[in-house]
Amino acid sequence: MLGQGTEASLLADIVFWVIAISSIVAALAVVILKDLFRAALFLIVSFLGVAGMFVLLRAEFLAVVQVLVYVGAISVLIIFAILMTRDVEEGSPSNRFRLPMAIFSVLFAAVAIYVALSTNWNTLEASIASGAISGDALEKVKGVYSNTIPTIGHLLLRDFVLAFEVASVVLLAALIGALALIRER
Amino acid sequence: MSLENFLIVAAIIFAIGLYGAITKNNAITVLMSIELMFNAVNISAVAMSRYIVPASISQDPAAADLAVQFLLTGQVFTVFIITVAAAEVALGLAIVLSIFRQRASIFVSDAAELKN
Repeated sequence: MLGQGTEASLLADIVFWVIAISSIVAALAVVILKDLFRAALFLIVSFLGVAGMFVLLRAEFLAVVQVLVYVGAISVLIIFAILMTRDVEEGSPSNRFRLPMAIFSVLFAAVAIYVALSTNWNTLEASIASGAISGDALEKVKGVYSNTIPTIGHLLLRDFVLAFEVASVVLLAALIGALALIRER
Repeated sequence: MSLENFLIVAAIIFAIGLYGAITKNNAITVLMSIELMFNAVNISAVAMSRYIVPASISQDPAAADLAVQFLLTGQVFTVFIITVAAAEVALGLAIVLSIFRQRASIFVSDAAELKN
């Protein structure tokens, strides 16, 4: 519906399901595998799948940020911590909540999926189909999604500028806190 | 490929992360599960920002130029979630490493001074 018309095509559907299933399987492997290092590698696969989903959702900027921050930085940090604590390698045992928590998680996912399917979402496609959105407004919506970076910049530095500044303080505090925690005494 | 598909995938990944964060005894696995939950929330925020359109865009053409920019609020929220997740994982791993240095264990059950 937006832009080049790729979204309604069969190819986009196939790509979506391949990405979705691989990132769900990788997420399952993260919590099931005994070997922590392999779990971290599957976590990277899951992060990459989420980046692919951002591309399908026309959030190319966020896909790049996802690859840079999650795949590039956070996973390296996690693998680094795994290697530093390697000598207590006993895998990742579960505690006694294993069975009740599995049941609760399945129930949680079932309720969330039920809510997602039963809610009558006022989506863009439904608005176009029912004619609720005018052609003029639709052109503006397409303009926003054809190039998202200027709009994200406007929102970050105009409407969310306080949160933007607080985020820099949070990062600074995390940096100092991490240094203070692992300093040799 | 619709909003519901993305929300279903996000719900499944969030439930997997929830299971791992509660049941796992290894602190690094707990942190990885929390990252999975952050990612699920990001998927649903970006999917909402892509598919849901505020009614004011078509009702008030004069305000549409400004209102249309707020379509991307979900993406801006995701930027902040990624920022906080990066700070969280850096601090979490620093805590794990300092616990490991003190007692040569990264199991959550071994750091239980506050129990009782």
